[in-house]
Amino acid sequence: MSAPLIAVADLEKTYATRARSRVQALAAITLDIAAGEFVTIVGQSGCGKTTLLKILAGLLPCSGGRVTLRGAVVDGPSRDIGIVFQDPVLLPWRTAFDNVMLPVQVLRLDPAIHRDRARRLLALVGLEGFEDKYPHELSGGMRQRVAIARALVHDPPLLLMDEPFGALDAMTRESMNVELLRIWQASGKTVVFITHSISEAVFLADRVIVMSARPGRVREIVRVELPRPRDLDMMASDAFGVYTRRIRHLFDAAGRLD
Amino acid sequence: MWDELRARPHLALSALVFVGGVLLWEAIVRVFRVPSFLAPAPTAVAASLAGGIRTHLYVEHFGVTLYEALAGFLIAAASGIVIGAVIAQFRLVERTLYPYLVALQTMPKIAIAPLIVVWFGFDTSSKVVIAATVAFFPVLVNVVVGLKTIDAGKLELMRSLRATRWQTFRLVQFPNALPFVFAGLDVAIVFSVLGAIVGEFVGAQRGLGNLILQFNMTLDIAGVFAVLIMLSLMGVALHLIMQAIQRRIIFWAEPDDVISA
Repeated sequence: MSAPLIAVADLEKTYATRARSRVQALAAITLDIAAGEFVTIVGQSGCGKTTLLKILAGLLPCSGGRVTLRGAVVDGPSRDIGIVFQDPVLLPWRTAFDNVMLPVQVLRLDPAIHRDRARRLLALVGLEGFEDKYPHELSGGMRQRVAIARALVHDPPLLLMDEPFGALDAMTRESMNVELLRIWQASGKTVVFITHSISEAVFLADRVIVMSARPGRVREIVRVELPRPRDLDMMASDAFGVYTRRIRHLFDAAGRLD
Repeated sequence: MWDELRARPHLALSALVFVGGVLLWEAIVRVFRVPSFLAPAPTAVAASLAGGIRTHLYVEHFGVTLYEALAGFLIAAASGIVIGAVIAQFRLVERTLYPYLVALQTMPKIAIAPLIVVWFGFDTSSKVVIAATVAFFPVLVNVVVGLKTIDAGKLELMRSLRATRWQTFRLVQFPNALPFVFAGLDVAIVFSVLGAIVGEFVGAQRGLGNLILQFNMTLDIAGVFAVLIMLSLMGVALHLIMQAIQRRIIFWAEPDDVISA
């Protein structure tokens, strides 16, 4: 394996609480993520997975250890990263197209080149013909697709996704997962994807990082060897069941240990 | 037409209440022979109104008051938006100015109208200043609240793109505040008419407020009512224009989202 795209070493995060005590959110997180890899992070609510993602994104400082992206220490937001949040966070006064163009405007990139790119990305996420619609005219799944196109428009090598489909109904969520894999394969990005759904984590990932709670630690890293391209039928396969069972058992064990 | 009425019966009922009220008023004045210097019959008001319109009595006064109100409104809107933005952006400015703003806001602005007339004279300029003073605070308060009412996700998105403070303000915070700003402007436009009239009461040679005083002096109560109708028309027209502009500019907001601070 060549040099990793992201290297996390001995990462710690503690929060000061109101009562002047300190809460440890993350402890001794060490992991490498290779370029082009699809990594999912799965854990129960409150295990610090969103904190971890925000530190990777440079949106939160860490308390110890370090994160490097392409060898450079992450100490603030970077244009090498695209983020898809839990909510789409679209600007309601902008059309789908203009929402996708927001990073181009903020980062002062060449609008002529990127207008083309924004249009292609909207087509890639399946929103051709919806460029001029406003967010309130789109469904929840469509809004999250716009957010994905927005995260990709400035062509960052790394895409961070924080439970992006958590608010969608189960069927939309499954089809979005299939779409996401297609987009990932077409774009060649590295994806770090947070979820609390074990089956979603297994379905998407090359590797599933299983986190335990309080403080958040990497409990185990599970390599998923299911063939690609993947489709929803695979979720009914025995191999898929073996992976999800194994991860579920890790949580049971963790539950007893804590 | 009948289908529309069935769908929205309140339209017909509102009209009926108006017609019924006017008829009842006319009947009371006639039956009880209410003297015209106490309460004029609707027919007398209508006659006065028609006379005023025919002799072009209202044209100049209406124009003067409208000018005072609109000029005051524009000053209040511009200064309220700029000062509100500065207060919302800089915590130090907010903390420094806050006690004075509260003191000013709780003071009845109308009470300083006589002072303003002394300072700015009996001409229209003093009325413009009074209208601006009265209309300023609803704009200011709504701008500050609107700029602060923003979900953390939008700010985090801008932070993840390393947006400058100005970019965040221009691209996200200000448009996001517009529903609040317009709620403030809607109040302000009505307040500015109020301010202009109060200014004219304190001292003026022209304007609808001045006309009211003149009619009142000669106990021409029908004339007073006629001017009041002109004033209502001005207020309603300005309010409707504001709403039309608001619907065009903040088309994305649900009507329920547009709340006043």
